[in-house]
Amino acid sequence: MNIYDFTGLTRSIHEGLSSSMSPLAVTVTEFVIIAFAFMIFFTILGLVLVYAERKICAFFQLRLGPMRVGKWGLAQTAADAVKLIFKEPMITKNADKFLFNLAPFIVIISTFMALGALPFAKGLHALDFDIGILYISAVSSIGVIGILIAGWSSDNKYSLIGAMRSGAQVVSYELSVGLSLLTIVVLAESLQFSEIIASQEAGWWIFRGHIPALIAFCVFMIAGTAETNRGPFDLAEAESELTAGFHTEYSGLKFAFFFLAEFVNMFIIAAIGATVFLGGWMPFHIGHWAGFNQIMDFIPPIVWFFGKTGFLIFLMMWFKWTFPRLRIDQLLTLEWKYLLPINLINILIMAFVVLMGWHF
Amino acid sequence: MRAIIDYIKSIIEGIRTLLKGMSVTGYYITHPREIITQQYPENRETLEMFDRFRGEVVLTHTEANEHRCTGCSACELACPNGTIEIISKREEVDGKKKKVIDKFMYNLSMCTFCNLCILSCPTDAIVMSKDFEHAVFDRSLLTKVLNKPGSKLMEGVR
Amino acid sequence: MGEAVKTVTNTPFEEQEYFINMGPQHPSTHGVLRLVLTLEGETIRKVEPHLGYIHRSIEKMCEKDGYKQIVHLTDRMDYLSAHINNEAVCLAVEQGMEVEIPERVKVIRTIIAELTRLASHQLWWGVMGMDLGAITTFLYGFRDREMINDIFEETCGARLTMNYNVPGGLMFDIHPNFVQRTKDFIAHFKKKLPEYDELLSGNIIFRKRTEGVGVLSKEDAISFGVTGPAGRASGFSCDLRKHAPYSAYDKVQFKEVLGTEGDSYARYKVRIQEMWESMAVIEQLIDNIPEGDFQAKTKAVIKLPKGEFYQKVETARGELGVYIISEGDKSPYRMKFRSPGFSNLSALDHMARGAKIADVVTIMSTLDLVIPDIDR
Repeated sequence: MNIYDFTGLTRSIHEGLSSSMSPLAVTVTEFVIIAFAFMIFFTILGLVLVYAERKICAFFQLRLGPMRVGKWGLAQTAADAVKLIFKEPMITKNADKFLFNLAPFIVIISTFMALGALPFAKGLHALDFDIGILYISAVSSIGVIGILIAGWSSDNKYSLIGAMRSGAQVVSYELSVGLSLLTIVVLAESLQFSEIIASQEAGWWIFRGHIPALIAFCVFMIAGTAETNRGPFDLAEAESELTAGFHTEYSGLKFAFFFLAEFVNMFIIAAIGATVFLGGWMPFHIGHWAGFNQIMDFIPPIVWFFGKTGFLIFLMMWFKWTFPRLRIDQLLTLEWKYLLPINLINILIMAFVVLMGWHF
Repeated sequence: MRAIIDYIKSIIEGIRTLLKGMSVTGYYITHPREIITQQYPENRETLEMFDRFRGEVVLTHTEANEHRCTGCSACELACPNGTIEIISKREEVDGKKKKVIDKFMYNLSMCTFCNLCILSCPTDAIVMSKDFEHAVFDRSLLTKVLNKPGSKLMEGVR
Repeated sequence: MGEAVKTVTNTPFEEQEYFINMGPQHPSTHGVLRLVLTLEGETIRKVEPHLGYIHRSIEKMCEKDGYKQIVHLTDRMDYLSAHINNEAVCLAVEQGMEVEIPERVKVIRTIIAELTRLASHQLWWGVMGMDLGAITTFLYGFRDREMINDIFEETCGARLTMNYNVPGGLMFDIHPNFVQRTKDFIAHFKKKLPEYDELLSGNIIFRKRTEGVGVLSKEDAISFGVTGPAGRASGFSCDLRKHAPYSAYDKVQFKEVLGTEGDSYARYKVRIQEMWESMAVIEQLIDNIPEGDFQAKTKAVIKLPKGEFYQKVETARGELGVYIISEGDKSPYRMKFRSPGFSNLSALDHMARGAKIADVVTIMSTLDLVIPDIDR
């Protein structure tokens, strides 16, 4: 376990900085380092995820996907990024220019804020709030404001309809995401990510929490997919109905921001799911099998984290490339008539299970 | 109670149908042999069009630079779009004046590949080639003269 | 449209109509159809189709062309049932020519017409899934259609605008590989068609999106003149292959697929079922292609006697009527096509009122509109 602990590394950096600088300068320097690290991570994540989506989607559809730029098209997304950067940023004539330019930044800032609170490995954790889950679900829903602004300011009726759909959708599904996470919070007895992970040392909650945990996981995956405006819930874009929904009028870099934010949001939802239900960076442990647990510990936690997140991302892509899109009224029916009641009953059952000490 | 059972049943049934759909796509992602993509410019060498494929009209020439077109303009009349235009000239052969083609004009940009000209040709002078890569940068290149320079009518074709 | 503009000026906000232009460039109109949707939130109050963006005056062009030349123009009307359009024109011209068409021609025409119908329905299935957001279906539909296109390319020389018919018969005889390829395709597609059902038909989201959406009663279907699978889904028995058999349809056994509900799901089901029936027709004929000529003896320039000739056939979309008025010349005096798409589109407003925006897309794709067929 200790060989992969990043706590020592981060502490030594902190101490090294503190020895030569004033406390304020140390804080600022650390902020800059972390911001820089996250920006690089964000870009790489975007490129990798876009490439992965295109390849996976292609294989679902009996295609090869990008094959031309680089070996197996590996440089394709980088080439696309370069193209998007150099593309002319166009603004519609009657658009509200200030809001129009502001919207992509709101979306991307909310994504950054959520990304900051994710635990990647032991000690590799930018923000470890004691209300981590609350923080992340609060921050990740700021993005919808950006989408609403984008739809409103574009001066395009399709955009407006898309934005309004997105608003209704995210507001509803935020509820289910929150409640399904609370089911596990009841088990873990903490809102702090590091403690939730630590509580899963003997086994992941999805296995230890009986059926309620499994139901909570299913609900979380559905609601999480809906919250990122993806898959069967991509009503805000709905290209066969609204051409491109809220980002119809965006081009170039501003479009790229929306595009990246969508993919990174997907990563964030998958990462939360992996952390809360599948133990985050915690290796696969079974009860008291010390030998087995030790073998599992040899795999670095960062691999565990990205492996689990990648699996959930793959699941979300699988949804997207299999299912038809829901209609707006069915979307709301699904949330208010199915997911929410199931969730509420599920929390009660879970509380009862915890109270009686029935979980493993 | 009945309503609750139906409610739960509908959920389970719904999930079952969703999983069924996912199993179909899941089958294809685990069987890359089913991929149907052909990488076109790379497979140019092996790409073989069918015999009857209608690419564009060509006037067949032998190695001795002879063609079979007598300039009867049956194809010009058969063409629905005015794609073909035959410009003929009078040439003195063995002391007799004879009509031969000067230019066999073919406007590819107007052609609908209907094959009627080929069917109407009494001497089987023109055929449809298998070439399908017609893209050019200048529209004027699409108006072609099909008879090669210096070519003449094959002996015995009338 | 003019009405809509008037209401925008000088009326209180609550009374204004919120209308959006769906098309001429829109992913789900599959061509250049423009629909003006009048909305109330997400609910449709009115749909006004505006036509003419791809009008090429095919009927007028026919008046200057010879009868042999007309055939290739009809490829470009309903390009997904190109062969069936050709066949309709040829049958109408052959009525006037009063020639005996060889049995071989009739059987081959029927087989290729059914293959065309299959190809058209496969494409429709793929596109329908795409319209509803399941993009993967598009590629699966195209995979199977590719095999039919190969058959066409080998025998007819082109994949889409085949122009395989000439008045009096066929342009060439069938390719030696035709029979084997067709059998291979049938064997392949019999395995793949159940997959269509698993992927889409049973899917709960798909069912919810289509069931009860765009209901068209039998009476309305008849009064709007909705034919083809869309009409049959409402219970309107209008399959011309049964009611007015042409070519070899009187020699084969098949069921006319009828629905009862008249909603989008019924239209979907009718088309899926029709694919099975088409395969049954092909299977009955493919081994029994009679020997003989592939063309009746005709003159080089066809002239029809003075009179009027009408032929109706069942395309993949519905009833196609070809009406020729001849003055005895080598080209018709007037030519008129009764295209199925035009009549089917006319029911769109009736079906879409009160539905959601997403339902318009569903209804449009279950009507299976081909825009060049509407405009001609």
